Amino acid sequence: MSGKSRRDFLKKSALVGAGIAGLSTSSAKAGPKNILSEDRMGVLVDTTVCIGCRQCEWACKEAHDLPAGDLESYKNREVFDNMRRPDHTALTVVNEYSPGKSSNLPVDVKVQCMHCDHPACVSACIVGAFTKHENGAVTWDTDMCIGCRYCMAACPFQIPAFEYDKALNPKIMKCDFCYDRTKEGKLPACVSICPVEALTYGTRTELVKIARERIKKDPDRYVDHIYGEYEVGGTSWMYLTSKDFAELDFPKLGNNPAPGVSESIQHGIFAYFVPPVSLYALLGGIMWMTKRRKELDEEEKL
Amino acid sequence: MSHDSYNPVPVKHKFFTPGVVGLIIIAVNGLVFLMGRFFFGIGSVTNLNNQYPWGLWIGVDVAAGVALAAGGFTTAALGHIIHKEEYHAIVRSALLTAMLGYTFVALGVFVDIGRWYFIWHPLIMWNGSSALFEVGICVMIYLTVLYIEFLPIVTERFIGRVNLPGILSKLNKPVDKLLRALDRGLSKTMFVFIIAGVVLSTLHQSSLGTLMIIAGPKMHPLWQTPILPLLFLLSAISVGFPMVIFESLIAARSLGLKPEMHILSRLGSMIAPLLGIYLAFKIGDMFIRETFVYLTEFNTASVMFTIEVLFGVIIPLRMFLSTKVLKSPLFIFIASSLVVFGVLINRINNFVVAYTPPYSSSSYFPSYGEISVTLGFVAMLVLAYRFIVLNFPVISLPGKATAPKTKYTIRGIK
Ligand code: SF4
Ligand code: SF4
Ligand code: SF4
Repeated sequence: MSGKSRRDFLKKSALVGAGIAGLSTSSAKAGPKNILSEDRMGVLVDTTVCIGCRQCEWACKEAHDLPAGDLESYKNREVFDNMRRPDHTALTVVNEYSPGKSSNLPVDVKVQCMHCDHPACVSACIVGAFTKHENGAVTWDTDMCIGCRYCMAACPFQIPAFEYDKALNPKIMKCDFCYDRTKEGKLPACVSICPVEALTYGTRTELVKIARERIKKDPDRYVDHIYGEYEVGGTSWMYLTSKDFAELDFPKLGNNPAPGVSESIQHGIFAYFVPPVSLYALLGGIMWMTKRRKELDEEEKL
Repeated sequence: MSHDSYNPVPVKHKFFTPGVVGLIIIAVNGLVFLMGRFFFGIGSVTNLNNQYPWGLWIGVDVAAGVALAAGGFTTAALGHIIHKEEYHAIVRSALLTAMLGYTFVALGVFVDIGRWYFIWHPLIMWNGSSALFEVGICVMIYLTVLYIEFLPIVTERFIGRVNLPGILSKLNKPVDKLLRALDRGLSKTMFVFIIAGVVLSTLHQSSLGTLMIIAGPKMHPLWQTPILPLLFLLSAISVGFPMVIFESLIAARSLGLKPEMHILSRLGSMIAPLLGIYLAFKIGDMFIRETFVYLTEFNTASVMFTIEVLFGVIIPLRMFLSTKVLKSPLFIFIASSLVVFGVLINRINNFVVAYTPPYSSSSYFPSYGEISVTLGFVAMLVLAYRFIVLNFPVISLPGKATAPKTKYTIRGIK
């Protein structure tokens, strides 16, 4: 390599390095928002109160322009024969289990997105289509999503559903905490219709307090565990029950945020783009050296 | 350039053979199912559902595809960065495999994502915390880099031979000039792309491993480990050369050429240490996390893990240690195929077998349509490879060197 081309080489390598470094500063600014406000809202689901009327299912569909059918038809309890999961036709479903310790009534569990405090879906989404809002809601943006379904692979609660039968504009469907309603100060549709107040809407801090009091007041009625208080770093929706959560099909999860490990690896590899740029420089150096050695060898031979 | 037995030329051989016709049928069958996917949605041709969002297409077309195209960056590092000129004869075919491999990875992503027309979104919508974002961006840039690295082969084919039909023939001269200018520009800057290619590969090969980490307990503990990115990188590096050997021997056989055994044996001698490092980390991780207990159970996971490690790593590792294997086209082919098979199974295991959703009512097995599309893509890739080596100077014919065109051997780092 002649003097000129060596300088060229260094200059070009530096340029590429700078280019990559430039990328990093802007990517630090981009990415989804994840605001954890002190006053973020949540819902406390008291499964010992829930009567399994499934009116929340109906209200949720009504509020999201999904075919809801007749409210009367929801009285049919045969649907409880099979465990159901939320999907693109129903953002929330209620499942029924055998009675817990406090009574001989069956336990009914409403299932929907947990609106995690450190949501795996927000961290995973390739384009940042998910947002954790200040009021606690985790929502999805149809204008961004590319339909890769990584959010589904990532969510520890197996919540996001996909419209597999749609050729055009298939959507990721999940409970959006009625973001459009709560923005205007209204209650989430499911909370507002619930006839027995099994669902309590309030700030997360307050709900934890309420839940603790209920357990303290009535230790025979409740299992001493608020599901969602610490699971995967805390969730906006939390549950009280009269039987072991595992028996109610709640996944057993640790207290570390779901995206923790992968984010630290990601940020380790890309710490201000130092590792990739150093690797680039290192390889460039090796390339230059081996080339140079070869030239020297050849010159000697001449 | 001292090495002059290296002279890539378009191979003279007919395109159609019975095998090629068979490949065309497989490709068309795949295309039929692809049409179904585009007209009636992903659900109509796949067995994917809300429990299993990712299946064969992500596991094989994308994840295994990226790994098996690793021959491109490992040989580029060897030939151009560590500057072992004796390997230049295979750099071009490895480059072609990588270029086609990544092209089909991109196509695989394109058909798997629900909103294919938004495939460009990651270019402007960034999520730095997403491993998938990083994979996506790196693959996009790397694919571009691969095309740029391949350009000199195209200019070499056409310089002095531009022959446009009819009135377009007036453009022959300007086009030729343009090609020459392009060629000169490329030869001065190629090293930038070669290094970038290696860096980008290191990044996304490892990030592909980071992908499933966020799935946490949804992934079987035999595979779920925080060192997944390292394991993915190491396995990609160790499958690079076996893939080159595998592909060279098949190409030589099918095109009636003499295999470049002296180069392949030397490549082969580097595989055992690479596989050894990978195996050490894989087993070490298993002992540190004490996951070997899962191997005492008899189920799909333990069987698949054993197949992956035994046939995909341990047996070929032992084979590559033997000089007899390295010298024999048949044995080196078998050993290389085993490594390729091992990495393929590993990627399937990581993305499909290990994935156990908390609420699953049934298990996932790819549908006939999914398998057809995957096989169709493989067939198309092989056909494209064949077409390109018959028409572009990719494969070097040993001993037939006339005047070595040193100018075209390693652009930019002379
Ligand atoms: S439950 Fe799943 S979809 Fe809902 S916020 Fe948490 S990670 Fe996201
Ligand atoms: S499917 Fe859509 S929302 Fe989910 S990760 Fe992919 S781009 Fe994001
Ligand atoms: S909060 Fe709204 S979207 Fe979520 S389950 Fe209730 S009604 Fe449905």
